[in-house]
Amino acid sequence: MAITTPKSAFFKGALDGAPFILVIVPFATLFGLLATEAGLSVFETLTFSVVVIAGAAQFTALQLMQENAPTVIVLASALAVNLRMAMYSASLTPWIGGAPLWQRALAAYLTVDQSYVVSVSQFERAPEMTVPQRMGYFFGAVFSVAPLWYLFTFLGALLGTSVPDSWALDFAIPITFLAMIAPMFRTFAHVVAAFVAIIVSIACVTVPYSLGLIIAGICGMMAGARTEVWLNTRKVQP
Amino acid sequence: MSGTIDLWIIILGLGIGSFGLRFMFTGLVGTRPMPDWVLRHLRYTAVAILPALVAPQVIWPAATDGQTDPARLAAAAVTITVGLITKNVLAAIFAGASTLYGLLYLL
Repeated sequence: MAITTPKSAFFKGALDGAPFILVIVPFATLFGLLATEAGLSVFETLTFSVVVIAGAAQFTALQLMQENAPTVIVLASALAVNLRMAMYSASLTPWIGGAPLWQRALAAYLTVDQSYVVSVSQFERAPEMTVPQRMGYFFGAVFSVAPLWYLFTFLGALLGTSVPDSWALDFAIPITFLAMIAPMFRTFAHVVAAFVAIIVSIACVTVPYSLGLIIAGICGMMAGARTEVWLNTRKVQP
Repeated sequence: MSGTIDLWIIILGLGIGSFGLRFMFTGLVGTRPMPDWVLRHLRYTAVAILPALVAPQVIWPAATDGQTDPARLAAAAVTITVGLITKNVLAAIFAGASTLYGLLYLL
């Protein structure tokens, strides 16, 4: 399908974003289930998903609340998990920075892993797109993902209270996170970042207020950045 | 689980904070370029924070009162291996969950 108008860009985006429905539906249901397990009401759970709209950060907050971590630590850790959104925002800026403010604000709210990945790869493939076409494409890409995120959080929350312990849902979050990060290991620097973060987080497990997570995250990011610099200088030298 | 007030502080704080992070560059930076070293560190946030969050849960699961559990260790290993090989999130989740349930049933 050729993109000639913002409208056709929207439909192309909706088509390209459609496969993520398969990821969003179980993930949202799981959040609804686990949030009600943790003692949130259906209304609180749904509001959580609508206001925050960030799966990984929501799961992090939930995990730490269950461990009775202080509110400040829950916020800091969940926002640390969401720091990648700032990265996405930075990376989208050259493409959609020229759009009207209200569109950029709406796009900011709807910046999630899926809309970012789909949109940036399209923008790089078709640099001739105009800014209105890019915005149309972006909103199309997130068109199915966002409403399904709300709807299946809600359905999961309704189901939640009837799930027995033997389902071992405590381990659903670790498995989902591990599955999500595996495709992100694109370079050796990513592997180093994760490895250092894991070692430091295990070493810091007795650090109070879950601050070990922040320390481990910062160490991992520094290790990744240093490795990248080191690999680049090695490439330059003969 | 903390009180209801705390929960709402978390929901609203996380909502405002997440929007701030997403709006930071598209909204406020506009067309100005960013320092390379900032971008270089931001590139590794997800791959550093998420494994750091999960690692203690894998080794000392809350559900077994911190006792290392072979079924959960194996499930984590299978999930990451399948994820790395297939680059498919759903396949990795299914493989990890099957391993966990299979071993919990057998052991």
